[in-house]
Amino acid sequence: MNTGDARNPKLGVQAATKIYHTASGDLLALDGCSLDISANEIVSIVGPSGCGKTTLLWSMSGLHSLTSGEIRLDGKAITGPHPDIGIVFQEANLLPWRNLDANIRFPFEIKGEKPDRAWIAHLLNRVGLDGFGGKFPRELSGGMQQRAAIVRALALKPSVLLMDEPFGALDSFTREEMNRLVEEIWLDTKTTIVFITHSIEEAIFLSDRVVVLSARPGRVAKEYRVPFARPRSLEIMATKEVFDLTNRIKMDIVGERTRPKAPERPSAEIVRIRP
Amino acid sequence: MSGGDAIPEFSKSKSGDGHEVSLTNLSAFASGPGIKSGKEVAAILAVAVIIIGGIELALRLFHVPLYIMPPPSSIAYALFDEFPLIAPHLGYTLVELLSGFTIGAIIGLVLAAVITQFPFAEKIVAPYILLLVTTPMLALVPLLILRFGFGYTPRIIAVALAAGPMVMINAATGFRRVDSAKIALARSYGASTLQIFWKIRAPMALPMILVGLMIGAIFGLLTAVGAEMVGGGFGLGNRLTTYSSMIQMPQFFAVVLILSTLGILIYVLFFLIGKKWASWEA
Repeated sequence: MNTGDARNPKLGVQAATKIYHTASGDLLALDGCSLDISANEIVSIVGPSGCGKTTLLWSMSGLHSLTSGEIRLDGKAITGPHPDIGIVFQEANLLPWRNLDANIRFPFEIKGEKPDRAWIAHLLNRVGLDGFGGKFPRELSGGMQQRAAIVRALALKPSVLLMDEPFGALDSFTREEMNRLVEEIWLDTKTTIVFITHSIEEAIFLSDRVVVLSARPGRVAKEYRVPFARPRSLEIMATKEVFDLTNRIKMDIVGERTRPKAPERPSAEIVRIRP
Repeated sequence: MSGGDAIPEFSKSKSGDGHEVSLTNLSAFASGPGIKSGKEVAAILAVAVIIIGGIELALRLFHVPLYIMPPPSSIAYALFDEFPLIAPHLGYTLVELLSGFTIGAIIGLVLAAVITQFPFAEKIVAPYILLLVTTPMLALVPLLILRFGFGYTPRIIAVALAAGPMVMINAATGFRRVDSAKIALARSYGASTLQIFWKIRAPMALPMILVGLMIGAIFGLLTAVGAEMVGGGFGLGNRLTTYSSMIQMPQFFAVVLILSTLGILIYVLFFLIGKKWASWEA
């Protein structure tokens, strides 16, 4: 079901199952979810609310353990946080008592490493935050905070970047700007990106592949290739292809949401859209 | 990496800036002395002049006896005249306050940091802490004097007992403010429990710790003076009882003035520290 380099994925999710033990009983968040992500690929994960997108991402990051199944990075099973994986969290998640420079230094402090000043300066310049190093998070707009968070996540040069609904709290204009920025950074670094979002447009604009998860328990319901060339312009968002694709994904998600009971494991299908 | 991970849906209920913090406890700082404009200061001084002048005038006009209420001018005079005699007592009180407060604050901080790591233990201990906070430690002073005599010891213990629980209860509130997203951030870089404590939990708790230290210091001052009034021949509290028994009211009020100044200095000190180190919160 994987369309990437199936034999040698960058990040491989194999039959991931996660059960949360809550006060109101066990909660099956992921049920045998499998997904392969190739190197240098941007993959978006969309799905109905509470379908386990964030759980899946946190498992990929090594922050949460799986109940069963496996996540493999370059063929090696992930058992905890991995230096090769960077995370951009929902909202910027900057430390409010540190200025931007100190926030970006934070990963290096934890690791006990010397910050790579040239690389950080390059990243700050790339996201347009030159000269803001002394500012505190509260002095910055939401978009600027999220740019700083992206710089922090990339500061350790991870080969995989996990982004958990990073722009959900931003207005739509800032969001488009940030989407273009992510693409620019990708063109610059070719970092493998896994992107979780509620916005289908955002997913299509950014991704090589959009993965639709089923309603809880989460499994891969469908995958769509998005074959537009990069860098993409906002104009493609007005084309009929994108319009149709958006609607198909929307119908998938609505279908998932209104589906009465989780049936047999659906086989994922790949739909190709001609640009 | 345990099986009992929380469901990572925490950020849904959070405010825009990513940390759910009540500012009520620092509102005292917000309206503090540092934020006044020149005009406001002038108005405050004008009011002071009017009140003090008015009292002075009324007391002299109605020939109120000195032992009932001395006029402000005589208090000011007594303050200068008697200060060399009062100064050593101010020193004794400061020694009691500083040593008692330091002991109490350290114990309070350590207990708060430890106890908040164990929610179950915290639940068990909470009512006893509340008991310590609400019991006026002055009540124990006669007992402490019986056991330790009339020296520094009972007073320092009383100050520590008064300040410690105040520091602890506020610091615990601070340490309890867990932001799972920030802890996850630190963990994603492989942070140890100790690193998470020093780099995430402690800075997040700092504003509340400062509030606790300020309240603890003021309660400590209160208790030190009270303990000095109960027994022992030295300290500002002892001066109060001595002067009042000799009906030396100007000197009595001079000591009261010194005590108010001490209280204000404590407040200003923590206000300035808060402004420097915890301004990110306000």
